[in-house]
Amino acid sequence: MNPDEPPARPLLTVEELALSRGERRLFDAVGFSLEPGHLLLLRGPNGAGKSSLLLTLAGLLRPEAGRIVWPGDEPTPLHLLAHLPGVKTRLTLAENLDFWRSVNGQTGLLAEDALETVGLGGLGALDAGYLSAGQTKRLALARLLVTERLIWLLDEPTASLDAAGDMLVERLVAERLRTGGAVIAATHDDIGGATGTLTLGGAR
Amino acid sequence: MSAVFAVIGRELRLATRTGGDALTLVLFFVMVGAVVPFAIGPDRTLLAKLAPGLIWIAAFLSMLLGLDRLFRADEDDGSLLLFRHAAIPLEAVVAAKVLAHWLLSAVPLIVATPLLAVLLALDMPSWGRTVLALLIGTPALTAFGAIGAAVTVSLKRGGLLAPVLILPLCIPVLIFGVALVAAPDGSNAALLFLAALSLVSVAFCPFAAALALRVGSE
Repeated sequence: MNPDEPPARPLLTVEELALSRGERRLFDAVGFSLEPGHLLLLRGPNGAGKSSLLLTLAGLLRPEAGRIVWPGDEPTPLHLLAHLPGVKTRLTLAENLDFWRSVNGQTGLLAEDALETVGLGGLGALDAGYLSAGQTKRLALARLLVTERLIWLLDEPTASLDAAGDMLVERLVAERLRTGGAVIAATHDDIGGATGTLTLGGAR
Repeated sequence: MSAVFAVIGRELRLATRTGGDALTLVLFFVMVGAVVPFAIGPDRTLLAKLAPGLIWIAAFLSMLLGLDRLFRADEDDGSLLLFRHAAIPLEAVVAAKVLAHWLLSAVPLIVATPLLAVLLALDMPSWGRTVLALLIGTPALTAFGAIGAAVTVSLKRGGLLAPVLILPLCIPVLIFGVALVAAPDGSNAALLFLAALSLVSVAFCPFAAALALRVGSE
C-alpha cells in the first residue's frame, strides 16, 4: 500500500481498515496516511469498494475492522462529493449554494464567486432543474468552495464532465492542495498532481 | 442556530415552489368533511355530535398522506447524505425539518377547519375547542410521523408502510384529542395529556428519527 512515508502531521491516518457490504468483504487491511498537500487516487474495478471507502472516511459507514485516526479528538470536517449531487432542482443555483453555505459555515467563497469559478457565472438566478448533468456536477463542485474544509473526498469527480470540466477539477484540486488541504479521489481518469495511488479490489 | 433557520427556510421555499403538495392535503381534508353529510344523512344534531371525531380523523389521514415527502426527496437527490456530514448534527436537521413539516401540513389544516365546521354543523365553542385540540395534538402526529418516515426512507416503496407503523402510536393522540373537545367545561385532564404527548414525542423524535436515518443507510 502506498503511500506510507513517516507522516509529519497527517490530516488523516487509516489503519488496517476492513469493510463489508452485505455479506461481501470489500477489502481488508487498507492503510494509508494523508498529509497536507497530498492527492491520493483510489483505483480499482467497479464494485471494488472505492465509494464505500469514501463513505467510511466521511463517517457514514461503520468499518468492520481497523480505525481512522484524526489529528484532533473529533473527526475533521470534510467535504464529500458523492454520486448524487445533493442539488435541489426547484431552487436556483445561488439558493442551493447559499443554503449549504449557511448550514456548513460561511468560511469559503460567496455563492456567485463559487459559480464563477466552476464556470457557471451569471446563472445564479436559474433553477437548478434546467442544468445538464455536467453543469449539475459543476454546481456540486461549487458547494465545496462555499465552505472551507481541509479534506475533500471526491467520488468520480470527472464523471459527466467535458474536457474543460476535467481541467476545472484538476485546478480546484491543485488549489486545495496548495493551501494545505488534502484530497482523496476515486476515479478512472487521471488527475494531475497525484502523490499516491491506492488500488482496491485485490482483497477478494 | 442560523443553520437551523436555513433548513426551515429551505423547506418552506421548496414547498411554495412545488406548490401542489400542501394544497392537496387541505383538499383531501375538506373532501372528507364534505362527503360525510352525504354518507350519514343531513341530520344536524348527529353531524354536530360526530364532527370533532370526524375532523380529527380527516386531519390524521391528511397528515399520514403527506408523511412520505418528509425525507424521501432529500434521500433521492443526495441531500440527506450531505446533511449527515454537515456542520450541524443530523438531529438538528431533523428537528428543523419536522418543524417545517408541521407548518406545511398541520397549520393549513387548522386554517381550513372553519370550512369543515360549517359542513358538519359544528357550533362555535366546539369549533374553538377543536382548533385548540388540533394545535396541541398535531405536533405529536408530526413527530411520530417523522419517526415512521425516517425508518422507511431507505425502502423504495415505504410510502404506505410508515402510516401503518405509526398508527398505534397515534391512537392516544386521537383519544385525547377528541376527549378534549367533548370534555365538560372546567376539566382539562385531556388537554394536559395531549400536551404531554406532544411535548414528549417532539422532544424524542429528532433523536429517534436521526438514529433511524443513520442506521437505515448502512
